Amino acid sequence: MAVPGATASRSGLRSALPLLAPAYLWLTVAIFLPLSAMVFFSFMTDLPLSGKPWAFTLGNYAAFFSQSLYLTLLLASLRLGLEVTLWCVVIGYPAAYVLAKVLKGRSREAIFLLVILPFWSNGLVRIFSWAMVLREGGILDTALNAVLPFKINIDLMYSYPAVIIGLVHSYVPYMVLTCYLTLQAIDDSLIEAGRSLGASRLQVLKRVIIPLSLPGLVAGAALIFVPVVGSFMEPRILGGRTGTFYGTVIEDQFVAVFNWPLGAALSFILLAVVLVILAVAAPVLRRAA
Amino acid sequence: MMTTRILEGLGRFYIGLLLAFLYLPIIIMALMSFNVSPFYQLPFEWTTEWYASLWHNDQLIAATWNSLEIAIVTTIICVVLGSAASLALYRYEFRGKKLLQALLFPPIAIPWLITGTAMLIFFFGVGIGRGLFAILLGHVALALPYVIVVVSARLQTFAPELEEAARSLGANQWQVTMRVTLPWIMPGVIAGGLFAFAVSFDQFVVSYFLATPGQTTLPVEIYAAIRKGFTPEINAVSTIIIVVSMALMLLTARFFKFGGEK
Repeated sequence: MAVPGATASRSGLRSALPLLAPAYLWLTVAIFLPLSAMVFFSFMTDLPLSGKPWAFTLGNYAAFFSQSLYLTLLLASLRLGLEVTLWCVVIGYPAAYVLAKVLKGRSREAIFLLVILPFWSNGLVRIFSWAMVLREGGILDTALNAVLPFKINIDLMYSYPAVIIGLVHSYVPYMVLTCYLTLQAIDDSLIEAGRSLGASRLQVLKRVIIPLSLPGLVAGAALIFVPVVGSFMEPRILGGRTGTFYGTVIEDQFVAVFNWPLGAALSFILLAVVLVILAVAAPVLRRAA
Repeated sequence: MMTTRILEGLGRFYIGLLLAFLYLPIIIMALMSFNVSPFYQLPFEWTTEWYASLWHNDQLIAATWNSLEIAIVTTIICVVLGSAASLALYRYEFRGKKLLQALLFPPIAIPWLITGTAMLIFFFGVGIGRGLFAILLGHVALALPYVIVVVSARLQTFAPELEEAARSLGANQWQVTMRVTLPWIMPGVIAGGLFAFAVSFDQFVVSYFLATPGQTTLPVEIYAAIRKGFTPEINAVSTIIIVVSMALMLLTARFFKFGGEK
């Protein structure tokens, strides 16, 4: 088996190569080489192309560890990621459960589509739409004041809660999607068996449903946490001056301060953090597959 | 039985709340794009003034054309390269195949902020620079893994015996691919193409780092406008974008089931 397998695999590569090469060449030029270049540049004092003299340095990384600002902002971004992920679990998981186990047939299909539909529309525009709801004199303010007997001022715009709301709105469909996929794979007879053996609804939820849908929860959490930690547009638009996070500092290095090597180092540190998180999530996901 | 009924009713109500949360801001934005007051003041008075003034905003129109062109070219390139790669990954066994498949996930999983800044550094370093060509290079790379994943998923449902049968009836490799395999995977190819279009047309982060003042895309232009101050014109163009991308998604759903229905 081993010998014919080996020859087949060599001729297989020869036939596969012309079909594979264009796609992977493109990915190499536009993704893998840039990521490698970023690592390389992060050890430089200046860009070699700008004509200025440059040298190798650890200074960009030293800046991260010596100035508490960057570490503080990274922690703030991690906290933001954690909070948004938790809210997405709290809001998305019950919705996924209802979709998978309560709704049936065409209504399930239609509502599932409605839930994931906004997610494929422009993220920037959806964040922007919250500005109209949250600002003082905006819809939320006007509506609440019309209903409530006393005067309140709702001006959530440019605040931390506004950033959370916008991000949860952007990412909750992810959680619904991944949890729905694992929840609907759970055999209903397992749930019925648990119930008929005398377990309460809560016990069934804790002992059967949540453990079996854990891979979906973890996948959703990873899919949400990672981009939120690297977000910069959402905090800029909804957070205003309170919206300074790790992502916005990286953005600044590239579009405002023009300290690309420092930006590269900060990006690479973020990449390392992201990879660690994905590595932690991977075993749970693999066990599911 | 009674409790089950109540719980199910609560569940439906909850889904209703979630849908309201998801759609209310979008609906409000769409309504405001038809409101007379440029400061979104109520009472609501109907106007199409903001849509009309879009026609005179040359900058926005130019950016829209750029976005459309890039999205269409991205779609074509991704569909061709992605389908070819999917076929190769499906048909042939070779060493390193697992690695090649695993390599599709970093582009999807790494935050666009990192990918975008890395592209900026690299393209600048090798002399490609910024601008529309750089944006196209980036968009194709971002969308390609999605297309390969979607087309490969469709290929999993393909029966290889069909290719065998065609071959034994005298068809050559090209005929087999064109007459048997391709028609079968077409729904996957179309869904993948629509995905690629959506990824490119809605892409903001990567375009933002690769755009130059003259060569920019619609989302980048919108971001610049938002940061300068909100205008009803931006509401109007945003509403158009939302409607277009949602229509596109519905179209995708027709060709490709995401729900994995039983």
